Amino acid sequence: MAVDLAVPSFDPECHLGSGCGFPAPGADIFFFDPVWTFTILGIEFNITKQIILLVLVGAAVVGFFWYAFRRPALVPRGAQNVGEMGYLFIRDGIARDTIGKAGDRFVPLLFTAFFLVWPLNFLGILPFAQIPVTATFAIPVAFALVIYFTWVPLGIKRQGVGGFFKAMTMPPDVPKAMYVLLIPIEFVSNFLVRPFTHCVRLFANMFAGHLLIATFSVGAFYLLSASVLGIIGSTASFVVAVGMTAFEVLIQFLQAYVFTMLAAVYLNDAVHGH
Amino acid sequence: MSYLFAAAEESEGPNVLAVPLDELIIGILAFLIVFGLLAKVALPSIKKTLAERTDKIEGGLARAEQAQAEAQQVLAEYREKLAAAHLEAADIRTAAQAERVAIVDSARGEAQQAAVGVAERAQAQIAAETSQAKSALSREVGQLSFELAGKIVGESLADDARAKAVVDRFIAELEAAPAAAEGRA
Repeated sequence: MAVDLAVPSFDPECHLGSGCGFPAPGADIFFFDPVWTFTILGIEFNITKQIILLVLVGAAVVGFFWYAFRRPALVPRGAQNVGEMGYLFIRDGIARDTIGKAGDRFVPLLFTAFFLVWPLNFLGILPFAQIPVTATFAIPVAFALVIYFTWVPLGIKRQGVGGFFKAMTMPPDVPKAMYVLLIPIEFVSNFLVRPFTHCVRLFANMFAGHLLIATFSVGAFYLLSASVLGIIGSTASFVVAVGMTAFEVLIQFLQAYVFTMLAAVYLNDAVHGH
Repeated sequence: MSYLFAAAEESEGPNVLAVPLDELIIGILAFLIVFGLLAKVALPSIKKTLAERTDKIEGGLARAEQAQAEAQQVLAEYREKLAAAHLEAADIRTAAQAERVAIVDSARGEAQQAAVGVAERAQAQIAAETSQAKSALSREVGQLSFELAGKIVGESLADDARAKAVVDRFIAELEAAPAAAEGRA
């Protein structure tokens, strides 16, 4: 039941000049053997490293914010200060900015989205975790579906079926004839492609970033050998890997922000029309 | 494994775009559970606290504004009172000045009147004394001349009527003499 932490194709004896080719990391670095498997209602549940990390992050996020806001004081200090910064970032920077005063209702949802996605992204560079859970496609899909099945019913409830679909598929100030073309395009764009781009954007960024760091890290290890080319190449590769890691910190935050921001934009469509 | 959708056919290595149902269900449940706990347990208290803080700050600002307005009003009132006091002081000064002038004027008038009275009384007295002296003198002169004439004439002029006529004529001559002398000269 040991969690499989190692890169699957890792071979400690493989270096430049030792007769083996560059073991370029592939998609397989995102897949770990399940540590526990069970079946409920005919669905086989595989508890992998990502699922364990997801549960841990969820517990940590709830735990931290429960601790920070357990006895909120008018003059904040310590954890409350940090928690408030996060809360105000979501409320003022995303909810109110995008949806306006009506956005206050959606702060918990957007808060959850951001403070799940960001730590899950961050796990990509956290030692021992070293895998962004959001680079497992099902996780961003799950989150995007929750957002999708929030804003679409909300839009129908707020604007009525006709009003909502009219707002979402018939942009105003367009010649009537253009609607023949626009309605199908807008429908596909807003109702079918939107949830897909919402989760793929996050997934692809985290996937690619992690693969880059892994490639340069493996490269640094592979090139490490008793030759000038090996030393220089290994050093350069290591420096790039460190640089990519720093860059990844930025991307992790940015993608969490973009994911949450898009959720707010969709909710705004539901509340105010497209 | 069950899949929501399996994107491509199985090539070499695992399919990264596959969405296994178990991961999807766990992902959705994880999101909903975290959302539920945050929305029901963690966030309401901070929302309330932030609202309270906003209230307090806005209330404080309102109170400060009110205090400022009150202070302004008091200052305006004070300035008004000060101006009124200045005006009153000026009035009092003007009135005092006028009163002073009036007092001086009336004093001067009284003094002048008193002086005039004194002068008039003095003149009247002088006139009375002069006429008294004149009549006394004329009587004495008459007496003397009478006595003198009596001595010269030897005749008593005791008879009053005659004596008086003589005196009168004498005095008239005396009075006429200088005028004749002046006329001759």
